[in-house]
Amino acid sequence: MSDSVETLVNREYKWGFVTDIESDTIPPGLSEDVVRFISEKKGEPAFLLEWRLKAYRSWLKMTEPHWPNVKYPPIDYQSIVYYSAPKTQKPLGSLDEVDPKLLETYTKLGIPLTEQKILSGVAVDAVFDSVSVGTSYKKQLGEMGIIFCSFSEAVREHPELVQRYLGSVVPASDNFFAALNSAVFSDGSFVYVPKGVRCPMDLSTYFRINAQNTGQFERTLIIADEGATVSYLEGCTAPKRDENQLHAAVVELVALEGATIKYSTVQNWYAGDDEGKGGIFNFVTKRGKCAGARSKISWTQVETGSAITWKYPSVILQGDESIGEFYSVAVANGRQQADTGTKMIHIGRGTKSTIVSKGISAGQGQNSYRGLVKIMPRAHGARNYTQCDSMLIGNRCGAHTFPYIDVQNRSAALEHEASTSKIGEDQIFYLKQRGLNTEHAISVVVNGFCKEVFRELPMEFAVEAQKLLGISLEGSVG
Amino acid sequence: MAPLLEIKDLRARAGDKEILKGLFLTVNAGEVHAIMGPNGSGKSTLAQVIAGHPAYEITGGEIIYQGEDLAELEPEERAQAGIFLAFQYPVEIPGVTNAYFLRAAYNEIRKARGQEELDPIDFLDLLESKLDLVEWGPEIVQRAVNAGFSGGEKKRNEILQMAILEPKLALLDETDSGLDIDALRIVANGVNALRRPDNAYVVVTHYQRLLNHIVPDFVHVLADGQIVRSGGKELALELEAKGYEWLTGAVEASA
Repeated sequence: MSDSVETLVNREYKWGFVTDIESDTIPPGLSEDVVRFISEKKGEPAFLLEWRLKAYRSWLKMTEPHWPNVKYPPIDYQSIVYYSAPKTQKPLGSLDEVDPKLLETYTKLGIPLTEQKILSGVAVDAVFDSVSVGTSYKKQLGEMGIIFCSFSEAVREHPELVQRYLGSVVPASDNFFAALNSAVFSDGSFVYVPKGVRCPMDLSTYFRINAQNTGQFERTLIIADEGATVSYLEGCTAPKRDENQLHAAVVELVALEGATIKYSTVQNWYAGDDEGKGGIFNFVTKRGKCAGARSKISWTQVETGSAITWKYPSVILQGDESIGEFYSVAVANGRQQADTGTKMIHIGRGTKSTIVSKGISAGQGQNSYRGLVKIMPRAHGARNYTQCDSMLIGNRCGAHTFPYIDVQNRSAALEHEASTSKIGEDQIFYLKQRGLNTEHAISVVVNGFCKEVFRELPMEFAVEAQKLLGISLEGSVG
Repeated sequence: MAPLLEIKDLRARAGDKEILKGLFLTVNAGEVHAIMGPNGSGKSTLAQVIAGHPAYEITGGEIIYQGEDLAELEPEERAQAGIFLAFQYPVEIPGVTNAYFLRAAYNEIRKARGQEELDPIDFLDLLESKLDLVEWGPEIVQRAVNAGFSGGEKKRNEILQMAILEPKLALLDETDSGLDIDALRIVANGVNALRRPDNAYVVVTHYQRLLNHIVPDFVHVLADGQIVRSGGKELALELEAKGYEWLTGAVEASA
């Protein structure tokens, strides 16, 4: 147990924070009362408070894990503010008041002006009526029985679904950060697609995030009932201006019999400055459960931001003949560190999984692939294909691979391919000789390298990912 | 009229090794020059230095192209100004289609010339119109650049790129090496079809056989970093018959 936690546990309970209720902010620090406060503030039912408290108590007994291949200064959990009202920063009057560097990035991304305003927190005029856009989608989805709302709303409107599935994939005491999230999560997204319904559009956090700024401990729960299909996009494309912030989210996916969930992420949180100061610690637990037979869960992620990325979107292949997929591009440039990969846990018969991981290291970036393929005794005929490619740009970066394979059934078939390549002077010269400048040349080579992952992304997301990759590798070859 | 390319007393090295040791060469528009010579004489280095490969350092002399000293220009600026190098060993770019790559290159060059970029549809038409030149079908445009190509296919791809980019000065660096007879004919036909009064070719080769297909106006023999003999196309035949010793021996003796 860390000192700060111990101090807190032994410390006499203080009521001081109550006076701050009016201002919707509590002093930094975590205690059982803070957990109670959050739950009460959100008007949660008793089961959820109990669940949070249980998570908090198990968190107290846990220690922060240090097995990943990343280095960072100690996190003082007592200096974090665990509840503050949605960060409604004072709306800015116009784009002139926004950090020009931020705008430059938006322009490079090709984000339209109106969206730039929304992302930077500028009050939006009537041209883009986000409320009515959101509402019209909501109406259409509602008619099909699809629930797509904030987590808080789901707790109020559909407590039975929340109670049934919350923690069913990532238990409250799963790991240190998941336990922390379970205790204090502020809000997040909730999706339920009923039996046999094919969600007619990609569901995106984009619209919802416009409406309310979710905090650093988000909770996402997606349930696809029997035969349902849904594609969910998580875009973190707005560069965050916050400094050195812990982002400990939890995402749980549940696919019942014959259901398909496709979850795509393009993450571009603030990576810190050139000296490695600031930036997001992106310590996220993402896991899906193929609970029913012939269900399928597919993760696609493009991780270009954050000072540290530490996450393993995983699939528990419980249903017979269920399918798990993981397609990943992770970039570590400058002083960025990434330790990411997946876990495919084959429990059911005839289960299949595919892992395609592309790690790009540049500058002084350190990129690790860490993956586990586990075949349980009952998983007859299970199959896994893993492809793990690393690309190095420059000679001060690093690529590391930690594949774990645990096979407990002899009928399983596993393939593992790995490669490491380096963008060489000759490759760049070839493209330059054809008229492309260095940045463009690198972008072409890197996008080719990532093609197998990008083609899994929805069209407009893929375009965005390609641009992001170009931006995040800018200046990586000196 | 001023020459397209004028190289004066060019000296260049790779690391500590001096490779070009005072080379003179003048190329006018409309001409084909063959550069021949034994291994290690500096033929490929000359082509790479003109194109601006960062592994080489110019230590003396100058390369004047269209009246401008190339030394200060980046490789892409030279390419945009109309210099094209057909590589001896073209690199592979997995995951990037020929169509995408070539359009990117084509548009960079158009932009540099102040012309409008071509959209993918129009570019595809242009690209397909050039395929006959290298006797290729349309399937090639969606294949990744040189990935898994045979040696001959890579060289054909260089000629296809040249056909699209329409350089003023094309440097062919041992484009004939590793080619069978059919591929050699295809490559040579491509070059011949692209010859115009306003462009020029510098063809680096070991062998006379390419020059049966691409007939040069001038043949130069490069030995130990200098041009030791220049002549017409008949010089190539003489070299074929006598070898290089009668020329290179003299240089070594005087060095």
